[in-house]
Amino acid sequence: MLIKKSSPFEIPYSEVTPQSEYLSRRKFLTGTAAAGAGLAAGGAFAFLLGTEAQAQGGRTKLTGVTKSSYSTEEKISSYRDVTTYNNFYEFGTGKDEPEQNARNFKTTPWTVVVEGEAAKPGTYDLDRIMKLAPLEERVYRHRCVEAWSIVVPWIGYPLSALIKLAEPTAKAKYVAFESYYDPKQMPIARRAGLPFPYVEGLRMDEAMHPLALLSVGMFGEILPPQNGAPFRLVVPWKYGFKSIKSIVRIRFQEKEPPTTWNLAASNEYGFYSNVNPNVNHPRWSQATERRLGELFKRDTLPFNGYASQVARLYAGMDLRKFY
Amino acid sequence: MASMLTSKWTKAGVFLASLGPLGYLVWKGFRAELTANPIEYITHELGDWTLIFLILTLCVTPARRLLRQPALIRFRRMLGLFAFFYACLHFSIFFVFDHFFDVAAMLDDVAERKYITVGFLGFVLLIPLAVTSTAGWIRRLGGRRWQRLHQAIYITAIAGVVHFFWLVKSDITRPTRYAVAVGLLLAYRVVMWFAERQMRPQPARSAGKLSPTGGS
Repeated sequence: MLIKKSSPFEIPYSEVTPQSEYLSRRKFLTGTAAAGAGLAAGGAFAFLLGTEAQAQGGRTKLTGVTKSSYSTEEKISSYRDVTTYNNFYEFGTGKDEPEQNARNFKTTPWTVVVEGEAAKPGTYDLDRIMKLAPLEERVYRHRCVEAWSIVVPWIGYPLSALIKLAEPTAKAKYVAFESYYDPKQMPIARRAGLPFPYVEGLRMDEAMHPLALLSVGMFGEILPPQNGAPFRLVVPWKYGFKSIKSIVRIRFQEKEPPTTWNLAASNEYGFYSNVNPNVNHPRWSQATERRLGELFKRDTLPFNGYASQVARLYAGMDLRKFY
Repeated sequence: MASMLTSKWTKAGVFLASLGPLGYLVWKGFRAELTANPIEYITHELGDWTLIFLILTLCVTPARRLLRQPALIRFRRMLGLFAFFYACLHFSIFFVFDHFFDVAAMLDDVAERKYITVGFLGFVLLIPLAVTSTAGWIRRLGGRRWQRLHQAIYITAIAGVVHFFWLVKSDITRPTRYAVAVGLLLAYRVVMWFAERQMRPQPARSAGKLSPTGGS
């Protein structure tokens, strides 16, 4: 037969993680124990402000997290849906591929460079990022540009906390973000058809908005790799691709930064990309969406239901032009 | 080989095998393994199988000639009808679950989104082919005209591939595979068409001498 149906097994064996590198259950448990020992010794994960992480059965719990009044009351999507249906093109373009390909993604050590138009630029390690501000749980609606949506209990703190620390200057009109990119750990990325590393950006007032979250976890635990470990942005009133994952660089600048999907197809993805049922994507009507776990589509709300909090940021702007 | 091809059991086997993809989806459905977005998953799977059956249908003629197995023609109609069957299911899911039987909204989508426009065109073109797939219709239309009509499958196959290309956001690996298959199968037809034209005696002066009875 001429055509081979694409399946999860289509990756050549050369690209598959060697079996020797797989963590066996036993090895994994010892690994966890070792991590626990390291935890006690170095205090690598000893969080300030009463927050600490406990490794449990391969999933690390975050404690000392407070509930936030910004949370929606809507039904939270299933953990399985949120962790097996992902767009993380560095780990494959199939929805289930990131979960499979990112299992061994190395997130320690991790550093993020904060630079550009700021009085206090610097390099932060993950430990510092984790304890920069009190952790809150925020249940947000998350709307993908592909017309599906989920409700996720994120854990994190306002992005503004990090920004304030860097003391951006008056010239800082925009914040640019960059994702981690390592072709060795992400061999399948070259098939994605996107230029990497993935870059995103926000206007300064958007970045300072209290809803803009720097997320380090979800469902009470640290972020799984496919969801953007070790930390990511969550901008709930914009399409999901604005919420950049696995951040390694944050830069303050005067000019509007380039964004990956805009570079790939500028007529389809604008810089703002606010959720807007009245501006259709050439390939998807944005009037409705399918909430994962539901059979039929539901109406999409302006700014993904956050209009009362964020609409003022765009007062006087033609949102058809600045899509 | 030839006797195996003409056996009624082989035909029954191909029929059952062609239902396999649908059975597999139903089985996965019972096991709740249709991913986090089952509607999208099912739609994409059915679209894939439509393309695969279109390609299998297009394989029949070259396979008959290259393998010298003219009996393979017995399967062409069935494979073509299965392409139509999976196309119908693919379209129905879109119509029911994306638009909930709202014809106006569905047609809006068809008109507004070019990938749906081209996919819909390919689907609609299959309808007359399915209707006229019976022996009665071949007789009624006459072999020549019937064949002409059924060459519309070339357009459907191209439309299907374009539909897939325009749907994907950036990773064109999979649509490219279908494009290569359809491209090769159509190229074969172009080559054969030219070859046959070369083989045919020239209809001009020389042809007259060679065949005194002339064409009728």
